Amino acid sequence: MVSKEKIRELKLFAADIRIATLEQLKAIGIGHVGGSMSICDVIACLYGGVMNIDPGNPRWEGRDRFILSKGHAGPAMYSALALKGYFDYEELLTLNRPGTRLPSHTDMNKTPGVDMTTGSLGQGFSSALGIAVGCRAKKLNNYVYVLLGDGECEEGQVWECAMFAPAKKLTNLIGFVDYNKLQICGTVEEVAGLVDIGGKFSAFGWHVAEVQDGNDVEQIMDAISLAKSVKDKPSMIILNTKKGKGCCFAEDVFNHNMAVSAENADRAIAELKAYKESL
Amino acid sequence: MNIKVLKDNSLSKLEMRELYAASLIEMIEGGEPIMITDADLMRPIGILPYLKKYPENIFDCGIAESNMIGVACGLSAEGFIPFTHTFACFASRRVMDQVFMSGAYAKRNVKMIGSDPGVCAGLNGGTHMAFEDVAMMRVVPEMTIVEPTDPVMLKNLLPQIVHSYGMTYIRLCRVQTEEIYEEGSSFELGRAAMLRDGGDVTIIAAGREVIEAVNAAKQLEKMGIQARVLDMFTIKPIDVEAVVSAAKDTGAIVTAENHNIIGGLGGAVAEVLAAHMPAPVEMVGVKDLFGEVASTEVLKQRFGLTAGDIVAAVQKVMARK
Repeated sequence: MVSKEKIRELKLFAADIRIATLEQLKAIGIGHVGGSMSICDVIACLYGGVMNIDPGNPRWEGRDRFILSKGHAGPAMYSALALKGYFDYEELLTLNRPGTRLPSHTDMNKTPGVDMTTGSLGQGFSSALGIAVGCRAKKLNNYVYVLLGDGECEEGQVWECAMFAPAKKLTNLIGFVDYNKLQICGTVEEVAGLVDIGGKFSAFGWHVAEVQDGNDVEQIMDAISLAKSVKDKPSMIILNTKKGKGCCFAEDVFNHNMAVSAENADRAIAELKAYKESL
Repeated sequence: MNIKVLKDNSLSKLEMRELYAASLIEMIEGGEPIMITDADLMRPIGILPYLKKYPENIFDCGIAESNMIGVACGLSAEGFIPFTHTFACFASRRVMDQVFMSGAYAKRNVKMIGSDPGVCAGLNGGTHMAFEDVAMMRVVPEMTIVEPTDPVMLKNLLPQIVHSYGMTYIRLCRVQTEEIYEEGSSFELGRAAMLRDGGDVTIIAAGREVIEAVNAAKQLEKMGIQARVLDMFTIKPIDVEAVVSAAKDTGAIVTAENHNIIGGLGGAVAEVLAAHMPAPVEMVGVKDLFGEVASTEVLKQRFGLTAGDIVAAVQKVMARK
């Protein structure tokens, strides 16, 4: 059980990640709002409560690793990294500007704190498996976390990974699926017949936890605790999220990659600040 | 570089794969952080016998090449030097995006074996016959492409490949090859090996075409034509100096490759010449065709890759001087 005070802290952190993400997208005027907003809560849990990291030493050998396989949600990750002190908060405003260290999709050679380059869907998952094999071979006592999109699970490579991890008993691996049900051209069910992602991973031999509200930090923390207690298989945590969550102008509209006006961003930021006050 | 060329070229006693496997194991035992992974072709590449003894360093990804490349890239992020293997067709065209993004773009350090390229695929036929792998790999920035010619060269190059950081594609015939070099010869990645000198024409060959180039040069000598023969075993980055010198000294070039002439060694040589020292070029290679089922020797004839084809190309190119 996570303390009430810790839960409040994580909720505040998630709100700050949303605000910082909106600041980035406002500065460039366009971006992946929906898929960034839907993962802010799990990102808050990882960087604010779970991962063993040292922002002053991003490549510290013993750290937990995090791979954002749905690399297009980079802005949400950059927010957490800046708020944790990997780089200055002001640098967030350089998102997608020429020469930036913060490109749309996460890049290990550009951004302090990014463990693997991702962007072509499905590939970050494989890299995470390789990192997990490598960490185990080095006898590091750490965890490797990987976050997938639900649309990403339409990639065949994801299911190659799904077969590999239990076969290699990668118990140091904890995955998440951002199951927000939407992709560019419709719902994941309409577009590709994708349903019951958890059941599929379960059939491949994973420990699967279904989080009813994947935007609730308390439920996420409980699922991670449970995953860490599983000692004989890798874990996949299915986060039932809402695409665009917590961003008033993005919820319930097409929000995959959308224009972000200063007016809309300021309104959403003001609402998030009010929400923080209410906590 | 210290090259001694054999006068007679008989088939090697060891198969390329035996030497490949033994060399990697030797380096693992020497403490190199090498990981060997595969897509269910450990038996054909000669690694399987070592699997049980080195479970920490060798594992199979199953018939899942995309994941294999991704896993290797992840291992590289942890400081390991992974070797991947599958047939050349799958090692290139099946995993191109993984090689590009998780590998090259991410500046990883993976050594990718593509075995039995081109006519070496033999009875596996057109579905498996990669005449396009070099072309695909050449357009990936910072990719190194190596095609070892015989066991002596392979043994000498593998440690250099391990110690040179970056994505490397190794085009490897698995079985016996004609021996070209004397035991103890040493090579330098990125530098062509000159097998013989001559002032009339230069034949630039790679892989299974080196023996054809050597045989062609012998025939040409009888005809009074002195050919320089270069083994361009590093196809990328190509040895610009050797190509330019060849054009300067001999004024005509023939390239010979077990690959489509589009985008392969011929293309690479022509790009260097166009930029630095224009000279007539004839390309011996596959003329934009698909492969088919036959023995390697029959396929060499079918696709015009024999010593006789090189001789004809030399006569043609010299007429264009």
